[in-house]
Amino acid sequence: MAEKIKQLMLMVKKEKEPLIDKSIKRQHKLQATGIKVFYNNFEAIKGIDMNIKANKVTAFIGPSGCGKSTFLRLFNRMNDYIDGFRVEGEISIDGKDIYRKKVNVEQLRKQVGMVFQKPNPFPKSIFENVAYGLKIQGIKDKKFLQEKVEESLKQVSLWEEVKDDLNKSALALSGGQQQRLCIARTLAVEPSIILMDEPTSALDPISTAKIEELIFELKSKYTIVIVTHNMQQAARISDRTAFFYMGELVEYDSTKKIFTNPEKKQTENYITGRFG
Amino acid sequence: MNNIKKNRLKDKLFKVWGIACTLLGLVLLSVFIGSILIDGLQRIDWDFITNLPSRSAERAGIYTALTGSVWILVLTTIIALPLGIGAAIYLEEYAKKGKLSSILEVNISNLAGVPSIIYGLLGLEVFVRILEMGASILAGSFTLALLILPIVIVSTREAIKAVPKSIRDASYALGASKWQTVSMQLLPASFGGILTGIILALSRAVGETAPLIVIGALAYVPFAPSSPMDEFSVLPIQIFNWISRPQKGFEVNAAAAIIILLLITFIMNAIAVYFRNKWQKKLNN
Repeated sequence: MAEKIKQLMLMVKKEKEPLIDKSIKRQHKLQATGIKVFYNNFEAIKGIDMNIKANKVTAFIGPSGCGKSTFLRLFNRMNDYIDGFRVEGEISIDGKDIYRKKVNVEQLRKQVGMVFQKPNPFPKSIFENVAYGLKIQGIKDKKFLQEKVEESLKQVSLWEEVKDDLNKSALALSGGQQQRLCIARTLAVEPSIILMDEPTSALDPISTAKIEELIFELKSKYTIVIVTHNMQQAARISDRTAFFYMGELVEYDSTKKIFTNPEKKQTENYITGRFG
Repeated sequence: MNNIKKNRLKDKLFKVWGIACTLLGLVLLSVFIGSILIDGLQRIDWDFITNLPSRSAERAGIYTALTGSVWILVLTTIIALPLGIGAAIYLEEYAKKGKLSSILEVNISNLAGVPSIIYGLLGLEVFVRILEMGASILAGSFTLALLILPIVIVSTREAIKAVPKSIRDASYALGASKWQTVSMQLLPASFGGILTGIILALSRAVGETAPLIVIGALAYVPFAPSSPMDEFSVLPIQIFNWISRPQKGFEVNAAAAIIILLLITFIMNAIAVYFRNKWQKKLNN
């Protein structure tokens, strides 16, 4: 009985979430308009407009320091903690500006998950890692947590490998397993968007292949934006690709077009490895 | 060829110098400990620990001073811990990095270098007189808490700072608030480091004499303290008192009390080292 009430409350909670209105189906999940980003006086992003479609994989490519990671981190406001950070323009998710004053940043980050460059599991058990996102929402129901942890680990195909020792430290896993654990941890809070900041750059080819496969499977349920330095990876897994250079969006189109017939000379030069 | 030989010679010379430096410290310490042990070890028995102070050296014990030290240690911990950790968390995680926070930082580091007798004078004025605590254990604990606060703050900040930024990122990215990140990730991950700093600070507090003499701790207390408002003595003061007496018997007592005091600090340091190693292992593997 008590569990049912809790789950019911959880559902009510979800319905109340003001940020994402699921009844309005918009073509564009994420919209950025006139975005400029400053770190003190340095202009890291110089006016970018971009729309990102739901349930697609969008790849950001470009040389180091081109602003692609900064741009990615705008969508879950992870730049907010950097000293001297300032953003101009509007970023909206499902039509709602996420930099409004009223926005609850914690709530936003539950909707917009993030996977980082280096696998960064908490120095806790595998179970605790996946359950953390739920626990901080105040969910204590053990059975619910267990189910959710299992479900999330299954989604990233890690369940079979770790099901017998969920209490083992997450730090004892291999790098590839750790990164899949981090993705599972993100999935457990049920985001609708997942941001990935070079998620495979610290992994070996086999682990990379597993993550790429996973991204492919996840896209039916989530909107995925991925920053990558690996051209082949962008070509393999993304539907649309954006090429950034020096804080500007040079070209943004379907991945096929970008890699076979780019409009701009700069894009072609970068993709063919002539610079960057 | 000549050059290589020269370098090798320099290398050897420096090695010898380094060994000499290390040995000097070790030798001095072991001579000191050895002479203390020779003098005092025969005096240590259960009676010595449980006897009240006395005019005759043979019957005198450290019971009141030891209980005084334990009281001071416990109360100082209770006072300094929340204040020090709270301040450290604020400075490290909440405070905006700017001029004000860097001024605060420099001043806290400076406070760590203020002579302890100055803290005694502060304690005398603020706790003993203005707050009317008298020359009590409570006043002594507050004074020592102030004394070790800078050390606790600095070491706690270092421990929190040592938690990789990626842990913070991961926590925030999952929708954790600042306090959740601090309490559920940063504090557990830095627990060993924080504890190490606190134990080292406390082992300094347990050896402090000057500030407690200034606030009026007594050399002779006939009864063991039973409440925070009681008058008290502590081991270092008892040692100081015994050494300053002319009779030979009290010198032996002092040596014995020094052994007990050293034992307490060594044990505390050992605990600190243990936790530091355990914590480093946890973060690194």
